[in-house]
Amino acid sequence: MNQKTAKPTLAVFKFASCDGCQLTLLNCEDALLPLADEIEIAHFLEASSAVLPGPYDVTLVEGSITTPHDAQRIQEIRKQSKKLISIGACATAGGIQALRNFKNVDDFISVVYAQPGYIDTLATATAISEHVRVDFELRGCPIDQKQVIEVLTALLQGRRPDIPSHSLCVDCKQRGLVCVTVAQGTACLGPVTHAGCGVLCPACERGCYGCFGPMETPNTRALRTTWARRGMTDAEISQAFKGINANAPAFRKEHDAPKR
Amino acid sequence: MHTIASNKLAQLFILLKKQGYAVIAPALRDAAIIYDEVETPSDLPVGWTDAQSPGSYRLKKREDDAYFGYAVGPHSWKKVVLPPRMKLWAARREEKGFTISDTTEAPRKLALIGVRACELYAMAIQDTVFIKGDYVDPFYKAQREKLFIVAVNCAQAAETCFCVSMKTGPKAETAYDLALTEVIENKRHYFVAEAGSRRGAAVLAALSTAIARPAEKTAARQVIRKTAASIKRTLDTDGLKTLLYENLAHPRWNDVAERCLTCGNCTMVCPTCFCTTVEEITDLTGDHSEHWRRWDSCFTMDFSFIHGEGSVRSSNKSRYRQWMTHKLASWHDQFGSSGCVGCGRCITWCPPGIDITEEVKAIRKNPA
Ligand code: SF4
Ligand code: SF4
Ligand code: SF4
Repeated sequence: MNQKTAKPTLAVFKFASCDGCQLTLLNCEDALLPLADEIEIAHFLEASSAVLPGPYDVTLVEGSITTPHDAQRIQEIRKQSKKLISIGACATAGGIQALRNFKNVDDFISVVYAQPGYIDTLATATAISEHVRVDFELRGCPIDQKQVIEVLTALLQGRRPDIPSHSLCVDCKQRGLVCVTVAQGTACLGPVTHAGCGVLCPACERGCYGCFGPMETPNTRALRTTWARRGMTDAEISQAFKGINANAPAFRKEHDAPKR
Repeated sequence: MHTIASNKLAQLFILLKKQGYAVIAPALRDAAIIYDEVETPSDLPVGWTDAQSPGSYRLKKREDDAYFGYAVGPHSWKKVVLPPRMKLWAARREEKGFTISDTTEAPRKLALIGVRACELYAMAIQDTVFIKGDYVDPFYKAQREKLFIVAVNCAQAAETCFCVSMKTGPKAETAYDLALTEVIENKRHYFVAEAGSRRGAAVLAALSTAIARPAEKTAARQVIRKTAASIKRTLDTDGLKTLLYENLAHPRWNDVAERCLTCGNCTMVCPTCFCTTVEEITDLTGDHSEHWRRWDSCFTMDFSFIHGEGSVRSSNKSRYRQWMTHKLASWHDQFGSSGCVGCGRCITWCPPGIDITEEVKAIRKNPA
């Protein structure tokens, strides 16, 4: 254990994203130094401009694929990576920018940019796994500090990461919180949402926004019925599924064609 | 039997604390009545009640100052003896091999105040699982032995309660130290108290009490009788085990699967559900590892994960069916009793409001 020849190398790459997930990693103060003892940070522009060439043992990828150039670049990164882990809602589902997938992207370009001619973009924002093989998807907007360290630790130890994919409700009850849907009639995506955030919103008496995307067996239709019975309209319910993880298949299915 | 004037209830809290107990009791938090550590009776939800129905819970003001004028809420006492997350042990790698340290905290002396009849049954059921079987859970057992239980006979049931059908309430009948019945008459507010153990009797003897007069005993009995009569929800347990075993292919399971979110709330709130998982947490070097136990649920995929197979209960239908048939049928084979005490929590705290009593009725109506 103590006689390591060469430390495994870590690379972090960014695609269309806000950098929040990389910042989460940078904010892991207590864990960063021990991490640097175990891993050689070979490519992490957010942290250092010193860059080592590939191949890399572990690559973290933030962001979604939105341009032809990025679609090429991810292929190259995959080739350079032994293990590739996509991190965050953008990389695992397309992110908020995937709302474009449900509209005509040219309409946006013409309103947003002064010189639309310079814009070279794809019609959709898509998850990394739609382009290359991904070894693990770490959810969240942003990802959770403990979870990203857990994934890296598990990888170093050669074990399965302890990242439960059950509903947020399980964690909510483990924390002893009072359900906002049952006790206050508040719409909460918790029952169909992947745990991992630590139950931030219900702990503040707010409904879950679904930042960690669909849980393992999301029955979104049953949640639609649950909310409809509490007085929400079809349009309001569809809107709730159309957030940060709008392009995750289970959520997309529920807001794209909300026919009952 | 003795009476305790309502304004003397504080003595009980003071005495228990003097004896070294931390007092856990109902308290208001985030729009519900939960169980938490309290100091005095004024920390209880005085003058509050709850309105419960499938998938809904609302706090309401009462017209009186009852201390215990509500039914059970989202918490159950299992959190005390079976904490939702618990570090069982830690290991450190040494030159040669490794050492293991026991990290479980020493159990605290806890006085549980306001334990309802169905909850006492639920505790007895968990005792069977954790203490009476071949494999005794040491933490559970040690904590269980450190409890002082003040039961309260229900003066108010929720619309979701069905303890009468399950023969578990509303009167506390199984092991408690003290049992209280709250009586509110025109001008008087008092408790009729009964000791259920020697230490309960000793505590009672140290409080300012009076011997209960026949009229007071009658008043207490009537409180319980009235509550029992108010419970309209029923679950017909006659031949229930056979009924469920014979109806594993009933179409109703498909119907409930469409409504079930597989969120696991029902199992988390159930006072008898005892399933846990254990996970190893290591540090980055792998030299230090921790063994954690967490509540798990038969509604998660990991729960029924088998190496090489994946989840053997991958459909919603198979998971709901597993939960309900375990509660009401196979629990009898496994532990010699029903796994359901009729507390109604799984009905209230299920977001879509799936109702175990209705599911049974639907199968009974059209059995295979
Ligand atoms: S508040 Fe949300 S996450 Fe918590 S139990 Fe209710 S529905 Fe589930
Ligand atoms: S199954 Fe439901 S009603 Fe029965 S004990 Fe559990 S939570 Fe209470
Ligand atoms: S029965 Fe209700 S509480 Fe239980 S898993 Fe299904 S939806 Fe959730």
